[in-house]
Amino acid sequence: MSRAGRIGETVLSVEGVSLAFGGVNALQDVSFDVREHEVRAIIGPNGAGKSSMLNVINGVYHPQHGTIRLRANGAWKEFHDMDPHEAASMGIARTFQNIALFKGMSVLDNVMTGRNLKMRTSFLEQAIWIGRARREELEHRRAAEEVIDFMEIQHIRKTPVGRLPYGLQKRVDLGRALAMEPQVLLLDEPMAGMNVEEKQDMSRFILDVNDEYGTTIVLIEHDMGVVMDISDRVVVLDYGRKIADGTPDEVRADQAVIDAYLGVAH
Amino acid sequence: MSLDIGTCDTFPKLLLMHARVRGARPAIREKDLGIWQTWTWHRFADEVRALACGFAEQGLTRGDHMALVGDNRPRIYAAMCAAQCLGAIPVPLYQDAVAAEMAFPIQNAEIAHAVAEDQEQVDKLLEILPDCPSLKHIIFDEPRGMRSYTQPEITSYESLLQAGRTALARDPAFLETEIAKGRGADTAAMFFTSGTTGTPKGVVLTHHALIDRAKAAADLEGLDDHDVVLAYLPPAWIGQNIFSYAQPFVTGYCICCPESAETLMTDMREIGPTYYFAPPRVLEALLTQVSIRMEDASALKRWLYGKFMGVARRVGGALLDGKPVGAFGRLQYWIGDIVVYGPLRNVLGMSRVRVAYTAGEAIGPDLFKFYRSIGINLKQLYGSTETSVFVCVQPNGQVKSDTVGPAVPGVELKFTPERELLIRSPGLFKEYYKNPQATLEAKDREGWFHTGDAGYFDPDGHLKIIDRVKDVGKLADGTLFAPKYLENKLKFFPYIQEAVTFGHQRDRVCAFINIDAEAVGNWAEKRHMPYSGYVDLASRDEVYELVRECVEQVNADLAQEPEIANSQIHRFLVLHKVLDADDEELTRTRKVRRGFVAEKYATLVDALYGGKRSVHVEAQVRYEDGRTGTISADLKIRDAKTFRPEAAKRAA
Repeated sequence: MSRAGRIGETVLSVEGVSLAFGGVNALQDVSFDVREHEVRAIIGPNGAGKSSMLNVINGVYHPQHGTIRLRANGAWKEFHDMDPHEAASMGIARTFQNIALFKGMSVLDNVMTGRNLKMRTSFLEQAIWIGRARREELEHRRAAEEVIDFMEIQHIRKTPVGRLPYGLQKRVDLGRALAMEPQVLLLDEPMAGMNVEEKQDMSRFILDVNDEYGTTIVLIEHDMGVVMDISDRVVVLDYGRKIADGTPDEVRADQAVIDAYLGVAH
Repeated sequence: MSLDIGTCDTFPKLLLMHARVRGARPAIREKDLGIWQTWTWHRFADEVRALACGFAEQGLTRGDHMALVGDNRPRIYAAMCAAQCLGAIPVPLYQDAVAAEMAFPIQNAEIAHAVAEDQEQVDKLLEILPDCPSLKHIIFDEPRGMRSYTQPEITSYESLLQAGRTALARDPAFLETEIAKGRGADTAAMFFTSGTTGTPKGVVLTHHALIDRAKAAADLEGLDDHDVVLAYLPPAWIGQNIFSYAQPFVTGYCICCPESAETLMTDMREIGPTYYFAPPRVLEALLTQVSIRMEDASALKRWLYGKFMGVARRVGGALLDGKPVGAFGRLQYWIGDIVVYGPLRNVLGMSRVRVAYTAGEAIGPDLFKFYRSIGINLKQLYGSTETSVFVCVQPNGQVKSDTVGPAVPGVELKFTPERELLIRSPGLFKEYYKNPQATLEAKDREGWFHTGDAGYFDPDGHLKIIDRVKDVGKLADGTLFAPKYLENKLKFFPYIQEAVTFGHQRDRVCAFINIDAEAVGNWAEKRHMPYSGYVDLASRDEVYELVRECVEQVNADLAQEPEIANSQIHRFLVLHKVLDADDEELTRTRKVRRGFVAEKYATLVDALYGGKRSVHVEAQVRYEDGRTGTISADLKIRDAKTFRPEAAKRAA
């Protein structure tokens, strides 16, 4: 089955979102939707509001206007704003542009933190490590190991994250998000600061995640080449406004996009 | 002590025997999701039975060939045995080969069935499918990424196994009959030689040949079902096949498949193999790693290491050989064992190693002695695909760094006047597949196999191999030029990864050097020398200076050996790229193809002999995905100091 054939109904829709910090309008009346199983990219020049958009979906920022609608377990939920914990428990996971891992902890432990929300046993049960808590730990460890296997990071399983090179840390970051078994995965510049080879690897992992787990992916990326290669649809932001929305080919041909990226003569 | 394998004359019969005799003992382990998963002999036999019936359902029959492409995985070995149950012939292919290289064996043996480890291998097989009309079934093991494949040729291992189980339940007698039909004289497997020259040849080996040699060597070393082996080299290589298939099937020992190539060291430490094989290249890489890590260690540790490695060099080898050593030497070694050698063996994962072999190419004497001095019973063996490996093995207590030991029981050796080694042994191959011409050239009417290796027996009757007959050359003045001998000397330096020397019918010897990016990179960092990558490093004057020191040290050594003192290296250059099997500069077993390199870099060779100080080069490189590109660079050429031969000096 080709990837296009798997793309389903809308699972996330952003409607008329506006966000301002004091006098600065970071986002102005932005609307778009994300369909199930698709890779959706948000692009735009520096300061276009891409990260702000992600932070709104993720519940870090609370927009002044607009709503976000999310379909979870077949039912639509509507939010004006939500908090990150709520977002996470509804199946939205994310990675960060400047990696937010626990540097002193091993790769395995970092991936295990991604399972945190799924753990049900109490602190006390965990501490004395019997019965239910033990079973649960084993189950989560297995899930974490599957992610480690998937991300091909077995060789650094026990290595403290702080000692890893940047490219691998990015991979661990994605692994931790994946361990949440999210419905929607938000990736904030997953390929920033990587060389060509690392970018290729990362692209392959993103597509594999999408293909293997059917995870819906929303990603922000600077590298146009990468975005055009791996996404199904692209939203283009400029100065906080949506200027284009469509397939990579449509967007590439759009005059407003070309102007935004290359600049126009005044 | 001799192993009892009864009347089992084929591998499937051996498998059933082990399932009966030691059904609950481990046969094969694989690290999966961070945990070592064990297949007992019983489970192994069970899987093989079902799989064999699955293959039969797909139409695999006696005499068919079946390709196996993958790393060391329990299922790859199960598939190998399942094919043999039906009288079919497994043909393992190198898993790191590019697609085009896989086409020849598949066309040559008209292969219809192929078992591939994962998506990567399936993709390669699909790529060559149009050129291989015989290929009808591709069976994959790892389902990841395979969801969207709809080609009719593709089946999953899992579903085939299910089909096999159903068929087995329906007609259990079928497989028993098929296994019973097998004879020792039947072909067990076919291995394509790496092809240092021309197209690869399929080496046909019978059950009898493989079992006989596996047993002879196991008896010699006293291997039994308590031994453990780590399977980490390509299964398509005869050596790995002997250690991880033929020998476990004869002795009943357990093989362990590491999680991935990157986790090898950790996995080896966890498993602690008792029987170990490593080509010199791997041993060299390990030692390089140790040296690098020691350089980073604290002053106290460095001092301890230096001090006790000195002790080990003096008495370690002698202790291992059971030779007399003074009480003080023993005491020093005992302390050294506690503070240095023991922990070092542990880090290398070799704490439990009883027998370790190295082969494939000559090993540098210092490298060899290093492992023996820290108490690892490393020995050399001699053999090839055509001889089912075991021709010569060094017996315990009679280990020398420059010989490969006396003949293993059952083997006859003799030399031609040109010093070419001839072998007659029960382990010899039947023929080269569909190549009677080559078979006749390699195996004469009296059954002697012409090895193409030049050598002689030393006074103790140990075989000594110098080089390939065709590679041993002469300098213009008529003195002996043994290129491999020089290259091995150079390669012992941690900074030099690969070397290619030239000198046949020339007035003097010149060399290409490949620096070891890791070791030299570390060296550069220590000196606060910024660099961008291999090409940059290789062109630095400081690096040339470093390499020159190594070359001159080799020259000083050579000056001590009158016969080859004239082979001192006069000029050298550091190559702008790493020699690579993908560019056909190395064989898949990573041996330098000297002729090819000389031809490809003819301009560089000319510049070396033409007395130039630098040369411009443009070279084609092939990337892993098969695409090609070019890199260009200006290479410097430097002179190295040579020394007057020792004999001449004494005479003067």
